[in-house]
This record gives sequence, structure tokens and C-alpha cells, in this order.
Amino acid sequence: MKKGTAKSLRAFAIELAVYSVLVICYFFLVLHLLGDWLYRLESQHRYMYAVVAILLIAGQAVVLDTVTTLLFRFLRGRGK
Amino acid sequence: MFFPISNAHINPIYLAVVGFIIGILGGFFGVGGSFIAGPALRLMGVDWNYAVGTDLAHIVGKSIVAARQHRTLGNVDLKLGLLMAIGTIGGAEVGAQLIQALKRAGNVNTVVSWVAIVVYFGIAVFMLWESGTTLQSDRRRSPQKIKGAESKKDRSAFGPVTQMIQRIKIWPMIALPTSGIREISLWTILLVAFVGGLFSGFLGGGAGYIRMPSMVYVLGIPTHLAVGTDLFEIVISASYGTITHAIKGNVDILIALVMHTGAVVGAQIGVVATQYFAGPKIRLSFVPLPLIGAAIVVYTLMTGHKL
Repeated sequence: MKKGTAKSLRAFAIELAVYSVLVICYFFLVLHLLGDWLYRLESQHRYMYAVVAILLIAGQAVVLDTVTTLLFRFLRGRGK
Repeated sequence: MFFPISNAHINPIYLAVVGFIIGILGGFFGVGGSFIAGPALRLMGVDWNYAVGTDLAHIVGKSIVAARQHRTLGNVDLKLGLLMAIGTIGGAEVGAQLIQALKRAGNVNTVVSWVAIVVYFGIAVFMLWESGTTLQSDRRRSPQKIKGAESKKDRSAFGPVTQMIQRIKIWPMIALPTSGIREISLWTILLVAFVGGLFSGFLGGGAGYIRMPSMVYVLGIPTHLAVGTDLFEIVISASYGTITHAIKGNVDILIALVMHTGAVVGAQIGVVATQYFAGPKIRLSFVPLPLIGAAIVVYTLMTGHKL
């Protein structure tokens, strides 16, 4: 039981480290590129901005959820 | 990092950590976590209107992740969630109108603050009594291991009242097989959702701390299913709120996207944690949440600072 918990925690720590690197890349690449475009959209086309905002947050949710699930499954699989 | 839409400088690590904490709470309790996100954004100098709208956008993303995870565990009743979303949106609109009427009367802050304190405190005391009584009576019973779908059916000291509510026959009556409810009036579901939405529009945030307990105690939904279904319902109602706030210029989607990166991991931890706790224990650990909400309102009343 304790061995299993330790393995899970190790896999989670590795997942968190890999995920942090991915997120930092994401901050600097995607958000930096999107920032100006979203700012202009928000000030000039509010309705379009509302649609883009909801699509972005929903899309990010699905993508990141899939990435973390796959990452965790992969690391757990390697641990076994 | 500079966020041009809300004109604010915020450390992205701070946002991700706040998102992570809210993610855990959301995944475990089925709440949006606006009582933490709003003040956390205000502390960083984000204007109040942006804090409210951005928080809603972040709630959408976090709830999608948590609801997807809960769905894989069989904790989401889609039919109930869709019906509740209709009532919640209606209630939120009426709540917002009520706020406008109070604004015109000039006493909006006092009324809303006192209503919030009474409601939050009332929920905390009631849930403390109910979950404590249920856990005590469970201890007296012989411990039986129940597996499968039956394990999600949890007992409640408020059960007899819930059964009386379920027996109210106002057409149309509907069945909720996923939640294990043979028959319940559609109006009871809509009323519960409407009241939750009313508080959401009136007090701000998603009002999950009212809706989740209402689903358990009034509708008789098992706690695990109430948490998962509430999250699914939040996805719909918070999406609606995000669009209306974005049109009014109250959403900085860049902040929401950064906060959400932390919330994804937090929500998954919260969802997995629900598997290790029985319904009454989840309800008992829920008690501090409305008390934190009440403490924030008392602080704003005493100091005059809106967090």
C-alpha cells in the first residue's frame, strides 16, 4: 500500500514538473502571440471577443485535460 | 507579466497557484470558488468588474475539466444538469434585477451583506448538524461494505424531509435514473435551480455553496452525483455569464487562461479525492466554505474595503 502511494506520488511529481515546463512555454509563446490580437478584439469587436473568449477557455480545458491525463497514464505505465 | 485588457501587472505563477487551489476545491466540492478567486484578483489590483467577469471565464474552464473527470467516474446526471441550467439562468437574471432595484433604493451593500451572512452561516450550521448526526448514526450501525453504484447512495439525517419533497405530485413528474430517483416534479428541480441562480445573481459568483447542498437535501441526489452534476451545470451557466460579461467589457481572458493552467491539475486532484470519502464526510468538510464566504462579507462590512 505504502509502496503504491510512493509510486503514485513520484509519478505525480514528475507529471507536475513536465507540466510546469509545458505551461511556461505556453505562457511565453501562445499568450504572448495572442495578447495583442485579443486586446484589439476586446476594444473593437466585443461580440466577436465574447465568442473567442469562451472558445479559448473551453478549448484550453479540453486540451490540457487530455494532456495531463495522457501524461499521467504514460508515467504510471512506465512506473509499472 | 502585463495583461493589457485589464491593464494589470500580475505574476503568472501567482495566478496558476490560485487556480490550483480553486481547482482542488471545485473538483472535490463542486463549487466555482469565486469567493477565493475574486478577492485573489482584487489583491493584485484587478478592477472589481474584471475580477467578476474573469473569474466566471476561469470557472468555465475549470468546471469542464472537473465535470469530464467526474463523468468518467459516473458522477454526472446530464438530464438533471440541463434542467437545472435553465432554472439557474432564470434565477440569475432575477437576482441581477433585484440588485439593480436595491441600487436604485440606495441600500444595496447593507442588504446584500446581511443576506449573505445569514445564508452562509445558516448553510454551515445546518450541514454541520446534518453530517454530524448522519456520521454518528452510521457509526452505531454495523459497518457493511457496499460496492458499485450502491456505494454512492449515502444516508442523510434530513432524509425523511427529502422523501416528503419527492412525494409532492405536481405535473409533469420526471424520472432521474442516473441519480436513483424514480419520480420527482420538474417544478421542484426548476425551483431549486432558480433559488441557486437567484443567489448567484444577488450575491455574485456561482453560488455552488447553495446549489450543491440543495441538490442533496431537497432533491435527494447522492453527494458524489450532486458534486459532478453541479459542475456540469456550472459549465453551462458560467458560459452564459462569461459571454454577457465579455460583451460588457468585464473579461480579461488572458488572466483566465493563465489561472486555468493551475486549475487543471487541482481539479483532477479534487475529483480523485472524492473517491476516498463517503457522502457525509464530503458534506462535513464542506462546512468551512460558506463560513469563509461569511467572514469575507463581515470583513468588508467592518472595514469598508471590498475584497
